[in-house]
Amino acid sequence: MRVAHMTTETTVTEFRAATAPRTLTQLETLESEAIHIFREVAGEFERPVVLFSGGKDSVVMLHLARKAFWPAPVPFMLLHVDTGHNFPEVIDYRDAVVAAHRLRLVVASVQDAIDAGSVRERPDGSRNALQTVPLLEAITTHRFDAVFGGGRRDEEKARAKERVFSLRDELGQWDPRRQRPELWDLYNGRHSPGEHVRVFPLSNWTELDVWRYIERERIDLPTIYYAHERQVFLRDGMWLAPGDWGGPRGAETVERRTVRYRTVGDMSCTGAVESEALTVDDVIVEVAASRLTERGATRADDRASEAAMEDRKREGYF
Amino acid sequence: MGKTQHHERDLLRLATAGSVDDGKSTLIGRLLYDTKSVLADQLAAVERASVARGGAVVDLALLTDGLRAEREQGITIDVAYRYFSTATRAFVLADTPGHVQYTRNMVTGASTAELAIVLVDARKGVLEQTRRHAAIAALLRVPHIVLAVNKMDLVDFDEATFRDIAADFARYAADLGVRDVQAIPLSALEGDNVVDASTRTPWYDGPTLLAHLEDVPVDRDPTTEAFRFPVQVVIRPRTPEHPDYRGYAGRVASGVVRVGDEVVVLPAGGRTRVVGIGTADGELTQAFAPQSVTLRLADDLDVSRGDVLAPADAPPVTGSDLVGTVCWLSERAPAPGARVLVRIGTRTVRGLVRGVGSRLDIDTLTVDEDATSLALNEIGTVHVRLAEPVVLDAYAEHRRTGVFLLVDQADGSTLAAGMVGPSVLVAAPEDPERCRAR
Repeated sequence: MRVAHMTTETTVTEFRAATAPRTLTQLETLESEAIHIFREVAGEFERPVVLFSGGKDSVVMLHLARKAFWPAPVPFMLLHVDTGHNFPEVIDYRDAVVAAHRLRLVVASVQDAIDAGSVRERPDGSRNALQTVPLLEAITTHRFDAVFGGGRRDEEKARAKERVFSLRDELGQWDPRRQRPELWDLYNGRHSPGEHVRVFPLSNWTELDVWRYIERERIDLPTIYYAHERQVFLRDGMWLAPGDWGGPRGAETVERRTVRYRTVGDMSCTGAVESEALTVDDVIVEVAASRLTERGATRADDRASEAAMEDRKREGYF
Repeated sequence: MGKTQHHERDLLRLATAGSVDDGKSTLIGRLLYDTKSVLADQLAAVERASVARGGAVVDLALLTDGLRAEREQGITIDVAYRYFSTATRAFVLADTPGHVQYTRNMVTGASTAELAIVLVDARKGVLEQTRRHAAIAALLRVPHIVLAVNKMDLVDFDEATFRDIAADFARYAADLGVRDVQAIPLSALEGDNVVDASTRTPWYDGPTLLAHLEDVPVDRDPTTEAFRFPVQVVIRPRTPEHPDYRGYAGRVASGVVRVGDEVVVLPAGGRTRVVGIGTADGELTQAFAPQSVTLRLADDLDVSRGDVLAPADAPPVTGSDLVGTVCWLSERAPAPGARVLVRIGTRTVRGLVRGVGSRLDIDTLTVDEDATSLALNEIGTVHVRLAEPVVLDAYAEHRRTGVFLLVDQADGSTLAAGMVGPSVLVAAPEDPERCRAR
């Protein structure tokens, strides 16, 4: 991350030409807007937390949070909802980032929730939808009042209607018909005890914007975002990685393919795409040319029905 | 690194207004589709849904209706945000419902827009609803308006029909004080003049809709604006590397600030000098809107969240009597004596509603001076007495800072969105009867 070598010692004159008043580029505008959002939350809430999965959107969020409060440390804890079906590379990445930036990480475990009986394993082995209960339990236990998520409005049509500051009731539910109007850049984070606010600093970013920003800022990502050889099997047109969660089954056969991941989630429902993209530049070319949305291509959970995401969001999902 | 796809694109925020009948969803679907912003799986989902509803052709409107209730009822309930881009510009489009009861959504979409597309049906011309949409865009001072005369295919691409509608709207827009209107004849359904120039409108030599969206100037000249910097948070690392660092983080709301500038801290009024402008990427000599930066000041004044830094030689007005034009967003009507929270800039202060001054009839643009209350979705003026003074920039001159929210003290809901100043609709002196709003 470039933030690691930010310094106050740079000479003032060096930047004179670069900072003459002008129109900001799209990425500069998006960055400034996200930093503004992080600072608003720091100013208005008592106990904010950043959802951090090691996925690219959460990595970009953390990068922006570090820029927002520099040279002070990020004034928020991190929360990872661990499905128990993780890509080991992602967990390694998560732990390295937490250690490098001296952050505080809370892990909410789906396995613990299953063991405690608060959620039940689904027949298909997918734990993606099961994350909601441990997420809400962690929010209650730690009395988090603002929860940063990496959700983007371009991802999915229910998300296209999401506010930047999204109020959730005591049960963590989202009611799209009762959303507060959001005008100018005046975000209303008022809430009652027990309620919390989900905050989406990347609301106006697209997948391509995220990748271009990763390139511009030279942000490190978990290695599974780039092309690598992996044992995979085909299910419902997606390349899934075998694991204890329940694959392969029946006639599904494992083979070796060169793949990469466009999203990082529960192994049981996050598919890889065949790709030769080894670098950020390669990925940008690939994403720019892609004819499938990242969720459509690689998320079994969003294919369930036309309103799958809306239904999960109503229940308190990310 | 960095040789691929490196267009230094800028960003245009726009809003659309119109009803389902005007073909708004189809127009947006067309913009997304023709700019290749619709991907294969989205299109496949729309095809499946079109077939399931018994449609023979793919209904591009289905691309934009996100919520279950919207698809079931065939209406748009809530503001939805859409993203598309071309080689030179990225667009954030606020798709706002056109139904009367959802005025608040149109106000929401228009609040951040630099351009509004007002859609009319070529067969129907300028309707009451069209005027309402234009009035809201004008009220919120959206700088550019596009009149999209849609369904030209249904009037045989008749030039006179288009010219009449464009002239009718131009007169109305002039009354509203809107300076930049571009009328475009198009067919969203068939794609004429949306992205590709139509061969069926040889009499029209203006831009296509997308070409116009790409050409509209988005650059503000911050050097012509007054500097305003609402402080968001105080940065005090207290780390071994930065034991004494103290910076004021915020986003430049308008104007430019340079190292060495004398500034005043409002509302308290202390004066000091900017000695440093920091970002995580290095020090700057000057910062301009809308950059997010951290300012360091020469003197150890009491500066905290909610304060505004402004030029010491031209400080803005501060005061405790807030008169503003509001869009009322709640079912609870404003009652004299009601206690509210007022959010203005980064400051939240307590306020007492003194009364409603007038109500604007958005259909006739007349003002009821005897109004005593405002209902949901109504626009009028309120007077709120504040517990402490705040910076009061008039919205007419300060679109970024002259705005506020009224918030319910008990449940935190947003009661009203307001613009500082008695009324921001411009009167047309030559037509006082038609446009009495001031």
